[in-house]
Amino acid sequence: MEKRVVFSKLGLPILLVAPQIVITLVFFIWPASQALYQSLLLEDAFGLRSQFVWLDNFIALFSDPHYLDSFARTVVFSAATAGLSLGVALFLAAMADRVLKGATAYRTLIVWPYAVAPAVAGVLWFFMFNPSIGVLAYLLKWLGYDWNHYLDGTDAMMLVILAASWKQVSYNFLFFLAGLQAIPRSLVEAAAIDGARPFKRFWTIIFPLLSPTAFFLLVVNIVYAFFDTFGIVHATTSGGPAQSTTILVYKVFSDGFIGLDLGGSAAQSVVLMAVVITLTVFQFRYIERKVAY
Amino acid sequence: MAGLEFIGVRKTYPNGVQAIHGIDMAVADGEFVVIVGPSGCGKSTLLRMVAGLETVTEGEIRIGENRVNELEPADRNIAMVFQNYALYPHMSVFDNMAYGLRNRRTPRDEIARRVAEAAGTLQLEGLLDRRPGQLSGGQRQRVAMGRAIVREPEAFLFDEPLSNLDAKLRVQMRLEIKRLQRALGTTSLYVTHDQVEAMTLADRLIVMNAGVAEQVGRPLEIYDAPATLFVAGFIGSPAMNFLPGTVADDGSGANLDGVDRTLLVAPPASAGRGRIMVGIRPEHLEPVSREEAAMEVVVELVEALGADSLVHGLLADGGEGAAVTVRLDGARRVAAGEVLSLAVAPNHVHFFDPDDGKRLA
Ligand SMILES: Nc1ncnc2c1ncn2[C@@H]1O[C@H](COP(=O)(O)OP(=O)(O)OP(=O)(O)O)[C@@H](O)[C@H]1O
Ligand SMILES: [Mg+2]
Repeated sequence: MEKRVVFSKLGLPILLVAPQIVITLVFFIWPASQALYQSLLLEDAFGLRSQFVWLDNFIALFSDPHYLDSFARTVVFSAATAGLSLGVALFLAAMADRVLKGATAYRTLIVWPYAVAPAVAGVLWFFMFNPSIGVLAYLLKWLGYDWNHYLDGTDAMMLVILAASWKQVSYNFLFFLAGLQAIPRSLVEAAAIDGARPFKRFWTIIFPLLSPTAFFLLVVNIVYAFFDTFGIVHATTSGGPAQSTTILVYKVFSDGFIGLDLGGSAAQSVVLMAVVITLTVFQFRYIERKVAY
Repeated sequence: MAGLEFIGVRKTYPNGVQAIHGIDMAVADGEFVVIVGPSGCGKSTLLRMVAGLETVTEGEIRIGENRVNELEPADRNIAMVFQNYALYPHMSVFDNMAYGLRNRRTPRDEIARRVAEAAGTLQLEGLLDRRPGQLSGGQRQRVAMGRAIVREPEAFLFDEPLSNLDAKLRVQMRLEIKRLQRALGTTSLYVTHDQVEAMTLADRLIVMNAGVAEQVGRPLEIYDAPATLFVAGFIGSPAMNFLPGTVADDGSGANLDGVDRTLLVAPPASAGRGRIMVGIRPEHLEPVSREEAAMEVVVELVEALGADSLVHGLLADGGEGAAVTVRLDGARRVAAGEVLSLAVAPNHVHFFDPDDGKRLA
């Protein structure tokens, strides 16, 4: 039975939801509509006058090779970040599921990175890979690889991917572990008796049962990689070298606040907004369809 | 197909719980053996050791001629039916049954043939495309059976497979399992705590208590001559009445505590002249006239079941008065407060040593 609380007057319930609505209005709806409006404007170089240009900003955006480059980079970055963090998290969760002794300590340690602010995470990796003082850069040099993310675009991209994935592993780990622990032990035992070796059991029984979780996390991770990685990029590479790590969120910032192309930057954020809305809708549809096991 | 053998098998869990204290027994090829016992006595543990889901701490388990202690479950060629069925929820009924065969690289047409055959036997033909979530409890149970039989294993292991079904379905599936096992002739080990299931299914019964096999034997053998007080109390429903007493001076009978006449059934010579525990099943007490009676019982409560009535009462003469249960013909009307005079069928009286609980013979 669903339990409902019924208010006799309208006043109290409105008061109770008001803070949330105010926050949403001030920090989301208002800036979003501003961005939407701005994206249709063209401002002069000094920000004195603006002119209504309809969709010109968007047309300019999609015919700008730099923007399309950045889009492609973002796709690579998101796919790699989501793939890496999901893969590592799944592996750790599968291991943690078998650990009995010290399981709590192990889990706590894995969850820690989530509490680290993006910028701090970025700085952390930045130092570890710093070509002159970083431990990992030193190690790589010793292995014969000359790491330098100041000069090499690929190195820089790998650095931001690593830093971004590292932070997300914790979150994915928690969901995967909960998902794994929800799978009845007897299913795995039945599969073992049915002649499936551990690896086969994982792919034919455990992974399919985990796939709703995995799909949910995939969308969350892509959204994360698209939108929540500004701090990491800013702290490690600032989008360089030669724009090789300028992913879409970072480009919104650099074109808008450094390049001062407010209309174009607003159009970019509208595009990003459209992407996240699409992903979210897609996810809700899929999950609604998929619950029936 | 093959028999099973337990040689000095012991199990201690990593947390120190000793679940099995040494079991020695052999299951013949094609035999249906039921393990019965109260909750926590180690039935599942024993079964899971045969399946390879738990390690054997000490001793040896053999399937056929081979020691299997070190083998993976996959290499033991046994099939197990779980209490919760453990069907793969993301696979169709067909795939659930085919999974084990595919893992063993059985040819495709052979798989189709075997699954179709099992589905025919178990009346699952129309359901092969469904997911387990779309089946009733009884159908799931049959799919779990089907998954076991398509593999044509050396042995079936059942862990309380019927306990999630309602009473009527349970009776029906019980018969079906028995029939199937007869037809296939596959060695089976079946765990239950339901003694009706145990009595009806078993070729041989293992009564377990706290990690030890108290008695192994054919169901009626165990019913007729339980080896210990525990077995006597566990097998048979309602449970056997236990009446403490003393062996009469001339050894010709027993003076039950709270009964002022001697029960004229001679205890075995090994009983000596001391204290003794007398066991009488409720169905072996019979109402007679006062003169012929071995004891008198004041009726406290009557449970009328239709075909028969269970009468719960207290010994009439005794101060503290031990409780006695009597099974009477359902046609007979008995009221609370009434005094019943009861005689005992002489060859249905069991004597036990009150100290170690062993049967006296
Ligand atoms: N994984 C385990 N770790 C530690 N102790 C266990 C484990 N599994 C079972 N035990 C203990 O071993 C004993 C036997 O358990 P088992 O599951 O074999 O009982 P059972 O006879 O099957 O009982 P039931 O009829 O309730 O299923 C119990 O005391 C139980 O607490
Ligand atoms: Mg059990």
